[in-house]
Amino acid sequence: MKIPIIYNIRSLLRRPATSLATALGVAFVVLTFIGMLALANGFRSAMVSTGRQDNVIVLRKGADAEISSGITRESAAVIRSMPGIARLPDGRPMVTADVYVVVAKPRVDGTETHMPVRGVGPEAFAVRDAVHIVAGRAFEPGRAEVIVGKGLVGRMANTQIGDKLRFGQQDFTVVGHFEADGSAFESEVWGDAETLMPVFRGPVYQTVALRLEDPTSFDAFKARVEGDPRLQVQVKRESDFYAEQSSFLGTLLRVIAYLVTGVMAVGAVFGAINTMDAMVAGRTREIALLQTLGFRRRSILASFLLEAVFLALAGGVLGCLLALPINGIQTSTTNWQSFGELAFAFRITPGILLQGLVFAAIMGFIGGLLPARRAAKMVVAVGLRRE
Amino acid sequence: MTRATLVRANLRRRLRRTILTVLGLGIALFLFVTLRTFLHTLQTVGDVGSESRLIVSNRLGIVFPLPLAYRARLAAQEGVHTVSYASWFGGIYQDPRNFFANYAVDEGYLSLYPEIVVSDEHRAAFMADRTGALVGIRLMERFGWTVGQTITLQGTIYPGEHRFTIRGVYQAGRRGFDESSLLFHHRYLDEIMRAQMGGEGFVGWYVLGVSDPDRAPQIAQAIDATYENSASPTRSQTEKAFNLAFVGMYGNIGFFLNAIGMAVVFAILMVSANTMAMSARERFGEIAVLKTLGFTDGAVLRLVVAESLVIAGLGLALGLGGALLLFNFAEFDLGGFVPGLAVTPGVALMAAAIALLIAAVSAAVPAWQSARLKVVDALRYVA
Repeated sequence: MKIPIIYNIRSLLRRPATSLATALGVAFVVLTFIGMLALANGFRSAMVSTGRQDNVIVLRKGADAEISSGITRESAAVIRSMPGIARLPDGRPMVTADVYVVVAKPRVDGTETHMPVRGVGPEAFAVRDAVHIVAGRAFEPGRAEVIVGKGLVGRMANTQIGDKLRFGQQDFTVVGHFEADGSAFESEVWGDAETLMPVFRGPVYQTVALRLEDPTSFDAFKARVEGDPRLQVQVKRESDFYAEQSSFLGTLLRVIAYLVTGVMAVGAVFGAINTMDAMVAGRTREIALLQTLGFRRRSILASFLLEAVFLALAGGVLGCLLALPINGIQTSTTNWQSFGELAFAFRITPGILLQGLVFAAIMGFIGGLLPARRAAKMVVAVGLRRE
Repeated sequence: MTRATLVRANLRRRLRRTILTVLGLGIALFLFVTLRTFLHTLQTVGDVGSESRLIVSNRLGIVFPLPLAYRARLAAQEGVHTVSYASWFGGIYQDPRNFFANYAVDEGYLSLYPEIVVSDEHRAAFMADRTGALVGIRLMERFGWTVGQTITLQGTIYPGEHRFTIRGVYQAGRRGFDESSLLFHHRYLDEIMRAQMGGEGFVGWYVLGVSDPDRAPQIAQAIDATYENSASPTRSQTEKAFNLAFVGMYGNIGFFLNAIGMAVVFAILMVSANTMAMSARERFGEIAVLKTLGFTDGAVLRLVVAESLVIAGLGLALGLGGALLLFNFAEFDLGGFVPGLAVTPGVALMAAAIALLIAAVSAAVPAWQSARLKVVDALRYVA
């Protein structure tokens, strides 16, 4: 026969201070766990959401980032003329040859970082259709104007509309702000490629991005472009490329999260063992009584295990609730792979919350195992004799 | 019976609990010390940078090169005794995950960096080989390389496969200086540039040796003023400031590490105070007996405090001792990721303060309860 769970809940409530302290211990571990995973996840999803599945990015062979790539005007023209590229209603191919650099600029707090600046072609807004203006207007080709991604506004100096950003010997006026679904583009400054090119590295693009007419034709397109003897390039799906760009820091943040919370969890398990031990010790007579009433040792073991898991789960839920306000907090760091500033938000997903709860339950289970065994193994006569 | 005997007996009566509490405390303090040390090391990375070396880079950012033509003008700058230069190569060894720093340096570079310690034999062999490489000892160990071995790096900035022969191994002359880089000759890079881009004559950054560090700011200003209106304006800063700027690029990650450290401390406070309070509650009867025997409230308090102090002290010894052992003696540095991790006296003191605080908090509850305790009630109390 099973011992009703209400017995365990009432038992926990009889020692509110002890129960609460143990639950809080678990709650803080879960809070840390969720917070760190949300940081790693926010970073990763900002990068991954940057690329579209049906977009293609072309880099120079061997280049592992946009910053180290280079595509000549001639090569860009060859790529533009390739078949299989989607077209706009007026017949222009959906291709943008980009100038991409990172420029040393101060954040508003005075520390310095590298602001990504992208010079784009006129079709860029069609190729990257997540990008849209939310304030001001778009830059005009040929003029010293730029628009600033929402992630940089208020984070970097001189990013308000009307401000001037100095690149090299030229001032560029900020004429608008744009959004891009929280992707890495929101951490960039965009301007006209032909205007920005002479300011930075002279007549060379960094990458060419384009939309495929038929997303399933990627392999054929890749083979055709990489096989063209006039080109020394590599072709990647845009989505794959940006996912790769997040792999180093994304993995590092994740490893730190698991290491730190893993160590913390061991401490929390020790606390749980102590609490459950005390619970068992304090209820010696009760347990003996349960046995006398005919409850099996197995039921008693299950009952105490359940109690520990329940207590830890309560802590886990509390930890989840405490963690929720973290969601959406903006931060930024340098993504070392692209070498540019990346603004992103802590992102808590249902999956992360579930992981937190499972984590809490495991802590409770391990913490409850030894004390529950002690309770189940108790000799009735000894237990009943105890004062 | 002495008081020490009583404390010892109390700690032993529930040995499992005492051990678990000490272990839990130790783990939490270890984590706290580790996080603080990590943060502190990141913040003080600039200290490894010298103030008698100036780094001159392109004002647009470190990824933009500077003309080699600046060299003569920089050498003529008053107060500068040596001009050297280097360029980031960005080569990949077998897999992008095997990241390490590799860059090209000119002949004068080693004379500017006494921290790079190489035997005369290795130095001569390196200088004599056009495609030779000088490799940090940690990097040698990481890949199991040997001197004389030829390795191939995949170019990211300079396409293709590039071969280098390891001619020497260097060690750091001071703690915290990087030992996991690969250095090779700039003239070899010039060859590659000539072949691939039809031109050389660019360098990543200049390193200047300054005779009088106090005059470094004026020298930096003079250099930057010279190139103010050129196509490649410069930014000159001491190596220390340059390194600190790199740390700044991490943004407020440090703040989050700190927040986690605080969460850990709070969680330990919770759990330890709870355990200590539990111990006291179970001993209501005992304390009543002690009081009946004539122990004053003060004497009981001293007993409780002594017990907390022993637990906190053991936890501190475990956590802080473990961290000291790992970082200061075994010189663990995450595989060269953060060189020079070391627990500072300040961090150690902070950990001690936390342990003391935990002892005080966890002693407070039982001490207060036992002071309020009516002997008659307690003797009747059933735990």
